[in-house]
Amino acid sequence: MMDSIQKRLLEQIADLHDVPQGAYSLRVNGSLYGKNDSENISIVKKEDQPGIDIFIKPGTKNESVHIPVLLSQTGLKEIVYNDFHIGEGCDVTIVAGCGIHNSGNAESEHSGIHTFFVGKGAKIRYVEKHYGEGDGNGKNVMNPTTVVIQDEDSYMEMETAQIKGVDSTRRKTEAKLAAGATLVIKEKIMTHGEQFAETDFTVDLDGEGCGAHVVSRSVAKDNSRQTFLSRVRGNNRCSGHTECDAIIMDDAQVTALPQIEANHVDAALIHEAAIGKIAGEQLIKLMTLGLSEKEAEEQIINGFLK
Amino acid sequence: MLELKNVSYQTEEGKEILRNVSLKIDDRFVAVTGPNGSGKSTLAKLIAGIYQPTSGKIYLDGVDITGMSISERAKNGISFAFQQPVRFKGITVKDLISMAAGKKISVSEACSYLSEVGLCAKDYINREVDGSLSGGELKRIEIAMINVRGTKLSVFDEPEAGIDLWSFNNLIKVFRTMYERTHGTILIISHQERILDIADKIVVIAGGEVTAYGTKSEILPDLLGAQAGCRFTKEAE
Repeated sequence: MMDSIQKRLLEQIADLHDVPQGAYSLRVNGSLYGKNDSENISIVKKEDQPGIDIFIKPGTKNESVHIPVLLSQTGLKEIVYNDFHIGEGCDVTIVAGCGIHNSGNAESEHSGIHTFFVGKGAKIRYVEKHYGEGDGNGKNVMNPTTVVIQDEDSYMEMETAQIKGVDSTRRKTEAKLAAGATLVIKEKIMTHGEQFAETDFTVDLDGEGCGAHVVSRSVAKDNSRQTFLSRVRGNNRCSGHTECDAIIMDDAQVTALPQIEANHVDAALIHEAAIGKIAGEQLIKLMTLGLSEKEAEEQIINGFLK
Repeated sequence: MLELKNVSYQTEEGKEILRNVSLKIDDRFVAVTGPNGSGKSTLAKLIAGIYQPTSGKIYLDGVDITGMSISERAKNGISFAFQQPVRFKGITVKDLISMAAGKKISVSEACSYLSEVGLCAKDYINREVDGSLSGGELKRIEIAMINVRGTKLSVFDEPEAGIDLWSFNNLIKVFRTMYERTHGTILIISHQERILDIADKIVVIAGGEVTAYGTKSEILPDLLGAQAGCRFTKEAE
């Protein structure tokens, strides 16, 4: 049985109240807690290193896989390798996420290295949430790496969110797209206190007619620091768009470095980056509806990160 | 009832925008008009609490609200529709209407408010109030929010600005309905003769002062006469 702390972490990162239905793999405090295969999805524990291989049969539709990770033991550090093999023509949702509860004084760290092999014409939605909590002085550290290899005409949507309690994070994402493939990345980050978050995207648009949108929205509060790096390389006839939109508050620092690189005459690439505080008129408008300044600020941030 | 007593307003740079304005609003539908730059919008913002008067007092139903913040005035029954509605990333039309109502409201309730301002609710309810909406659509949502609040005083700063002629006809209908249905006071800053025409009283502001205040039969002939005397206005018509 999971304890109440672990259940709460699970709810935060996966909106689940207990072990999920269907295919899942649940990792708790450094070891596999439980897993379940479905008819079309099999999860195999790796023999040579920590982690799992997830095999999704070609043509699997409307199924989902949950692979949450929970850490409630202070000072635990782990690196986990998860590989997703998504067959041709699939249409599936993959929900990953990591929740850390650190009530001790030692640093807890989870680094998940996820590699996606997306088959021809497959469509996947990948959702990843990171959450940390705890009353000790130990830091919660998460350094996820995502590698995406998309075959022809595949579609991948990746939504990542880190809203609370992660002291330090370096997120690295690399993607390679074949002809006709589409990648959409939506990232949401909020940092507070003394937190640090760095995200680093590299997208190679290799195949003809492929395209990518990399969109990041973030809020930096207190003394926190954020760095956003995004490299989109157009190596064929393709379209690429990268956007970073940040709200800065208090004494926070935000750096945005969008980079686009065209190596083909028909590569159409755009980058946008904006950093600014909450507009005064937005606060005033919501205050004229009866909200206090603090409530107005919360609503604006909630909407922005929705 | 809203009352302004000897209200003056100077900008931080020392520019005088309103001078010693005293005004009692005790009719249900009052329009404020006057040339551009005469101080009308400033007057509206002073009432909503967005600006603080340099001197003078503002009373709502006999209570001195001069020192109250924007939020406190909103809670005490003042609504304010911006001349240029504000855009928000990620906040939907339904979110804004819920905030205006001060509670979560059902889709059907939100829909009834939106259809009153001529928006087909199902197309709008989940739209973000951002750059994807046109100026005219934003204005209507702005008015819908005031309707939702249904406060005792609703101040509109040039509701017709940025609205096309077709929508303008509907806008007049919206204000007529609001007038008939609500029990509160409507204060509209406007240049439009057709809005002035449905008002109980008209306030004329020029050069930061109230130059006339009365019923439309007292005010309109002079106002329109002054316009008629201008050759360019005539030619433009």
